[in-house]
Amino acid sequence: MRVLRLVGVAWWLQLKIRSRSAFDGLLSLLYPAFFATTIFMMFRQGDAAGPALLSAAVGSSAMGIWSAVSTTAAFALQTERRQGTLELLVLAPQPFALLLVPLTLSMATIGAYSMAATLLWGRLAFGIEIAIADPLIFVLSVVVTVFAIAMLGMLIAISSIRYRAAWALGSAIEMPVWLICGFLVALSDLPAWVRPLSSVLAPTWGVAAMRAAATGQSPWADLGWCLLTAAGYGLIATLVSRWMVHSARSHATLALS
Amino acid sequence: MSNPSSVNGSAALIAERQAAAPILAASQISTGYHGHAIVEDFDLDVHAGEIVALLGPNGAGKTTTIKMLITLLLPTAGRARVLGHDVVKESRDVRRKVGYVFGGDRGLYERLSGLDNLRYFAELYGVPPRESKQRVAELLELVGLTGREKERVEGYSRGMRQRLHIARGLLHRPEVLFLDEPSIGIDPVGARELRATVKNLVETGTTVLLTTHYMFEADELCDRIAVIAQGRIVALDTPHDLKQQVTTGTVLEIEVFGLADGLVDKVRAEPDVQSVMVDVRGQAEVLAVHARPGTDVTQTVMRHLDGSRFGRVITREPTLEDAYIELVNAA
Repeated sequence: MRVLRLVGVAWWLQLKIRSRSAFDGLLSLLYPAFFATTIFMMFRQGDAAGPALLSAAVGSSAMGIWSAVSTTAAFALQTERRQGTLELLVLAPQPFALLLVPLTLSMATIGAYSMAATLLWGRLAFGIEIAIADPLIFVLSVVVTVFAIAMLGMLIAISSIRYRAAWALGSAIEMPVWLICGFLVALSDLPAWVRPLSSVLAPTWGVAAMRAAATGQSPWADLGWCLLTAAGYGLIATLVSRWMVHSARSHATLALS
Repeated sequence: MSNPSSVNGSAALIAERQAAAPILAASQISTGYHGHAIVEDFDLDVHAGEIVALLGPNGAGKTTTIKMLITLLLPTAGRARVLGHDVVKESRDVRRKVGYVFGGDRGLYERLSGLDNLRYFAELYGVPPRESKQRVAELLELVGLTGREKERVEGYSRGMRQRLHIARGLLHRPEVLFLDEPSIGIDPVGARELRATVKNLVETGTTVLLTTHYMFEADELCDRIAVIAQGRIVALDTPHDLKQQVTTGTVLEIEVFGLADGLVDKVRAEPDVQSVMVDVRGQAEVLAVHARPGTDVTQTVMRHLDGSRFGRVITREPTLEDAYIELVNAA
């Protein structure tokens, strides 16, 4: 119960921090619109219509969630370090990985906005028919995907506890994940050696579940895999964070000086 | 200013405390970076209810020492226990019982209000939910931020931020409070209020280890002072006894306008002069000449200044600052 309260309160306050900058707010309005416009125009160019366009809309909205988390999560601990709060987080008598959950969850929550923005933009600007077969299960799939992406973000964030320059990792993997997880391109079109990599990335399963729910197919297997991989990230993050924090304490990298 | 027994009472009380087991015991702790020692063989015992200051120049290892004691840094050698817990092996137990406050603008969430900052850290530091609201209100009252708690921290003055830091550090009722240059950058009134808050905390049973550059702060607040230079303790005593350790006689301070080249070296070469320091204050340079015990160097120094334009001339007894400078220079 205490853990849930901690995650809940910290998530809400982190969300407050992230939603109070007018500049960041403007960017989060513009980014999904850029993504969506580019993708819809590309698909239109290829004469895509109906379910293909809906699939593209779902994929591009997942891109928004992922992009909001990947770069921000990698930079989050560097920001904490700069503002002098990273040491205070480490000093808290809680497992460090647990403190990262609300941090990255708040980013994914902001990213989830891009889902609504993209679908709305597609409807208004491109006239795409947004016919979600099972809206309730679709929303559940979105929630699970947001959570899974947050957990993956946590895994990325952890490396910057020890390595001050590890924030660059988020930018480096942002676009490859768009491809590898099949946000826009069918996984079957990717080379065979990429597919094992796709299967260990939770967004692959999350976006597949969203598409299944949107088109009236069963999303449960995809949701199960999505949750399982997310749980795996949580476990790895817990173990790795212990090592990273220990290493940061030995190498004095928790503070800027 | 002179403070033979500090805020905490008599020398007898200090002796009585020191007879009990220390609640903070550092034994030969060291740390370094790329083969360069930052703290070396640091030994210190702090007893319940004491205020001990770590005093030293920039880079002496004060903050590094505190960070080892609060588990943010791992010592490369030696052992330290806080409230009976090993700082390396039982770090979580240590963290539950200690508070850490540092000076300056950082360490707060700028976009959150003061109240939200305290709510956040109360959750992080495991303050029971039932107590959290009342505890936050109590601390806001203690640090004088009641009424301003809903404003965002980005609009706070430095003094307000520092007071919020103190409140944050006290949320979980720590038994030992570590203050790392808590009064840096705050105005004299704010610094005085801060000292009053620290005194109140000690009266309610909190033990304090603080680092500071301000001699009068250490002199006014502390039971004992550890002078650190180049990562080692070079002296550890009460403020009163530290002053007694000064080997200089009187100190002659002369305000000079336009110090001639080579004059400082000539004064320094005088047999009765132990050391010479020059401090720039506005248009003037203040020459502080430390005489050897039992000598008077006024006439000698004035002879060297013949033809120079000078202002105030003061002869005074050595202060804690003189003791500090002497100890650090000798290290």
